[in-house]
Amino acid sequence: MNILVWMKANPLTYVWIGSYMFALIVFAIEIVLVVRKRKTTLHQVRLMRDAGDEE
Amino acid sequence: MKPRHKRFAFIAVALAAVGLAVGLVLYALRGNVNLYFTPTQVFDKQVPKGRSFRIGGLVEKGSVKRESDGLTTNFVITDMYKEIPVVYKGILPDLFKEGKGVVAEGKMGAGGVMVAEQVLAKHDENYMPPEAADALKKAKAMEAADALKKGGAANTAETVAIPNNAPVAQ
Amino acid sequence: MTINWFKYASPTSFYGLAGKMIPWFAIPSAILFVVGMYMGFFVAPVDAQQGEFYRIMFIHVPTAILSMFFYLVMAGYAALGLIFNTRLSAMMASAIAPTGALFTLISLWTGALWGKPMWGTWWIWDARMTSQLILLFLYLGFIALHASIDEPRRADRAAALLAIVGSVNVPIIYFSVKWWNTLHQGSTIKFSGTSMQITMQHTLLTMTIACWFYAIAVVLSRVRSIILERERKTDWISELPEMRS
Repeated sequence: MNILVWMKANPLTYVWIGSYMFALIVFAIEIVLVVRKRKTTLHQVRLMRDAGDEE
Repeated sequence: MKPRHKRFAFIAVALAAVGLAVGLVLYALRGNVNLYFTPTQVFDKQVPKGRSFRIGGLVEKGSVKRESDGLTTNFVITDMYKEIPVVYKGILPDLFKEGKGVVAEGKMGAGGVMVAEQVLAKHDENYMPPEAADALKKAKAMEAADALKKGGAANTAETVAIPNNAPVAQ
Repeated sequence: MTINWFKYASPTSFYGLAGKMIPWFAIPSAILFVVGMYMGFFVAPVDAQQGEFYRIMFIHVPTAILSMFFYLVMAGYAALGLIFNTRLSAMMASAIAPTGALFTLISLWTGALWGKPMWGTWWIWDARMTSQLILLFLYLGFIALHASIDEPRRADRAAALLAIVGSVNVPIIYFSVKWWNTLHQGSTIKFSGTSMQITMQHTLLTMTIACWFYAIAVVLSRVRSIILERERKTDWISELPEMRS
C-alpha cells in the first residue's frame, strides 16, 4: 500500500529507479560477465597450450 | 538425398508438426486464452456458472456512482450491445474512467450484478500530449455537430471500439 | 565487386572482424543511451492518459521488440548451423541466447512496473504476458540444453532444434493482442503506421537503436570467447597476438 502512494507521488523517480536503473544494472552485470569470460577463456586456452595438447 | 537435404527435410517436418500441435492446443484452449468475457457473452450464457470470471468492456458514461462509505463503487460495463452492472469495494486504478476500458473479476450476484473482487483499468495504445488529446476531442465534437446539422439523426452513435478487441466475432 | 561472404563465415576471420566491430557498436550505443534517456525524461511530453508513467515505454518497448527479434535471429543461426553444418552459426546462436534472455527479463520487469500504476496489477495471465514469459523459458531452455550436453556439436544440434521449434512462439506474442482479448493494449506501431506523437517516436527509435547496438557489441564479444574456447586446438589460435604471453 505504501509503495502505491509513494509511486504516485514520485512518478519520475519510480520510473527512473524501477525501470531504467534496473535495465542499466542488468546491462552492467552482463558487460562485466562478458569481459570476465574473455579473460578467463584466454587464460584457460593459454594454460592448455602450455601444458601441451592433452585434454 | 544429400545429408544436408535430409536435415532440411527433418527440420521442415519438425516445424510443421510443432506448428500443428500448437495450433491444436490453441484451438482447444480458445475460450481460455481470452482474458475476459464481453457483456454480450455473459448474456449468451457462455460464462462458467458459480465460478469467478472476468468481464471486459467500457465503463458506461454516467454510470459511476460512489457510495457514502467512500469505498464502494457502482458502475456499468458495456460493449455497446449489452450492459452488466458491477459493484466493487476497494481502490480503483487511476485510469478507471467513464468511457474507458475496464476489466472486472468476480462472481455474478443477485439481480445480475457482478460483485467484483478486482477491477483493472485497460488503456488504449495511443500516446499523445494533453494538448493534442484536447484538440482531438474538439475536432470530434465538431464533426459530430456537423453530421447532426447535415443528416439530422445520422448515425452519430459513434461506435467506440473497445481498446484492442472488438466484442464481436466470438 | 564481390565480397567473399564465406570468408567471414569461418570462425578464423570472423574472430578478428568481430573484435574490430565491437567499438563501432559499443560507443554509439553508449551515446544513444544518454541521448535517448535525456529525450525520454526531459524532451518527450507527458501523456494525456498516463502522465509520467508512460515513460517506462522507452525501455519496455525496445527490449520487448528486440527480445522477439533476437529470438528469430538466434533460431535463424541455429537453423543455418543445422542445415549447412557451419561452425560459426551455432556459436552465434549460443552467443545471442543470454542477451536475448536478459532483454526478455527486462521487458517483463518493466512491464510489471508499468502495469501496477496504470492497470492496477503487476501481473495477469493474459495472452501477451504469458507468451512473453514462455519466451524467457525458451531462451533459458536453449541455454540449459546446450550446457547439458558435453559434446559441443551434439549440443549445437539439440539446442538448434529447440530454438527452431520455439520460434512459433514469436508470432504468437506479436499477434496475441489481436487474436485474443487481453489486458495489454494493442500495438502502437503497426505495419500501417503509428499514431504516436513525433517526439515520442524519435525517443523510442533512439532507445531501440541504443539497445540493439548494445546487444550486438555484447554478442560479438561473447562469440569471440566461444570461438577461442571451441577452436583452441587449432594453429591459428596459438598464433594470435593475445595468445603470446
